[in-house]
Amino acid sequence: MTGSQIFLESLLKEGVQHIFGFPGASILGIYDLLLDCPIKHILVRHEQGAIHAADGYARAIGKPGVCLVTSGPGATNIVTGLANAYMDSIPVVAFTGQVPTSMIGNDAFQEADIVGITRSITKYNYLVRDVKDLSRIIREAFHIASTGRPGPVLVDLPKDVLLDKCDLCFPEKVEIRGYKPTYKGHPRQVSAAAKLINEAKRPVVYAGGGVIISGASDELTNLVNKGHIPVTSTLMGLGGISSLNPYFLGMMGMHGTKYANLAITECDLLIAVGSRFDDRVTGRLDKFAPKATYIHIDIDPTAISKNIRVHVPIVGDAKDILASLVKEIEPVDRSQWLERIEGWKKESPLEYKFSRDVIKPQYVVEQIYEITKDRPTVIATEVGQHQMWVAHYYKFTIPRSLITSGGLGTMGFGFPAAIGAQVARPDALVIDVAGDGSFQMVSQELATAVQHNLPVKVIILNNQYLGMVRQWQDLFMKKRYSGTCMECAPDFVKLAEAYGAVGLRAERPEEVRGVIEEAISNNKPVLVDVRVAREENVLPMVPAGAGIEEMMLP
Amino acid sequence: MRHTITVLVENKFGVLARISSLFSARGFNIESLSVGETIDPTISRMTLVTSGDDQIIEQVIKQLRRLIDVIKVSDLSDMEYVEREMVLLKVSADSQNRAEILRICDIFRGKIIDVSPKTLTLEVTGVQDKISAMIGLLKPMGIIEIARTGKVAMSRAKK
Repeated sequence: MTGSQIFLESLLKEGVQHIFGFPGASILGIYDLLLDCPIKHILVRHEQGAIHAADGYARAIGKPGVCLVTSGPGATNIVTGLANAYMDSIPVVAFTGQVPTSMIGNDAFQEADIVGITRSITKYNYLVRDVKDLSRIIREAFHIASTGRPGPVLVDLPKDVLLDKCDLCFPEKVEIRGYKPTYKGHPRQVSAAAKLINEAKRPVVYAGGGVIISGASDELTNLVNKGHIPVTSTLMGLGGISSLNPYFLGMMGMHGTKYANLAITECDLLIAVGSRFDDRVTGRLDKFAPKATYIHIDIDPTAISKNIRVHVPIVGDAKDILASLVKEIEPVDRSQWLERIEGWKKESPLEYKFSRDVIKPQYVVEQIYEITKDRPTVIATEVGQHQMWVAHYYKFTIPRSLITSGGLGTMGFGFPAAIGAQVARPDALVIDVAGDGSFQMVSQELATAVQHNLPVKVIILNNQYLGMVRQWQDLFMKKRYSGTCMECAPDFVKLAEAYGAVGLRAERPEEVRGVIEEAISNNKPVLVDVRVAREENVLPMVPAGAGIEEMMLP
Repeated sequence: MRHTITVLVENKFGVLARISSLFSARGFNIESLSVGETIDPTISRMTLVTSGDDQIIEQVIKQLRRLIDVIKVSDLSDMEYVEREMVLLKVSADSQNRAEILRICDIFRGKIIDVSPKTLTLEVTGVQDKISAMIGLLKPMGIIEIARTGKVAMSRAKK
């Protein structure tokens, strides 16, 4: 078998059904074989789209997404997407073409040292130097990407390795002596945590993306229901516990709800699950949960005590550990604490001022929720104000229903990620809630959606600004809007039509619901241009560097 | 505080780059580093010296353990250990100070490994303090060139 044949055979053995890619000279052999291979190739319009789509695919179903690009510029174009997947712990396996091994390091045409470039933004990466190693490396790449704390793995494929021949020997088992993730929580630590929980008067759970990755939603729900423990979530954790759960306090952090942040500030026990104390979550560290003892459950030992000293760390899989904790905790009466939080909720609810004259962006998100809440829906977002409004006003009730760039904050992620999610879940309704700025970074992927009949709906909350940056300029730079005005933009309806998609527009509040319903009932890709209030701000907000209880409210 | 950390790693290309970029990406400094094959040729042993407060060292060790090519990490500062470093020193030597250099070399149990009309080259092995002390004594004579291996270390056997 040639290296190209071994490559595809190994992917088939890994159960790969889809590849997001863009061809080039160094991977011609693979593309030739793809014509007769059961793996479906989704041709994107820019490699950035391929890596984000593979990422969105992985987030939607929890299986590794696969991306295939050529050497040099093809490889460097996926760098942002790898960093994005790395920050959010998403299993992606990226294959890059490379110049022949004899030419590596000689500045050959379309050569880039992609293994060197991506060393710090991948969980691991490989340069395959011998075709005999190829199937073992592919096996390991998928294993590393999807186990422990997941993350992207890159495999660099020199052209001669793909041409060389050897027998296929796909290993059944993976044995990497330096890589043995811990799944089972230490029983003594679990008991210590249970004791703290049983003794706590004012506990709060702070749930992160790890809850979703580990599939621990049921266990988390059981924990808060049994222990009567209020629970808040990071952006990445939304959907990990149902937003309709009575113990759920909404999102915490910079744009969290006031009552979630107050609960954190006042709690005497903080139970962090699959979260890493990111600065957008904690605000000023010395004012973050100052009265609390900390329990931290995480599969990655380096996440523990990185930003904040933890009293009871438990390394392992959240699902396993929460299940053990549920058994050991008691149903303590916490009505006083819950009532206090209820009081904060009444004092400072999450709210905005509705308008009959202009479309409020929050209203659009509310309407999207109302229209889609009873059907399987995946919401993707770009990055910026619209992302926060989705986090505030869309009530996520199941895991993997929100696909958003949390750690890296990558504009232009949502649309290709939505395309990937639609490939992974063909029966689900997939909506990318976008900003006009973000969408213009990846609008060319409309061609991908149209070509592959992927009926993704893009709803642009169009304020003709880079809204979140404008908001910071409004609040901290005396309204000097430098480089944030985007009045020069294409007519999005015509743009959609130019690509063979459907374009719709809403300019008045009373049009919003009808237009969204029309978009959803159409089985083609649809781009909806919603003209929203231009200078609406995302509130509440904690200014960068302040304590999380010091919030600006609407 | 200064820590001596030994790391067993896969003996293959790119591993040193992973270790060093782990340090550089987080702004940790490596004071010395030495690498060599072990009895098992697929495994290399690194001895590295770094300093920082307890939290930084804890992070360094956890980050090292997280690397897929790293098999074992030990912080020797937590236990009794032996350490050695070797240094080669080319010292300018004229008729007046030649005897003095030989005497210093002798005191530190060094060896002369190269001689020329104007220089002596010394080889000395020892703990880092001893080597530093000798360098201090030879400095006034004029050190032309110096090459240090960096520290190698291992834990003491249990008695």
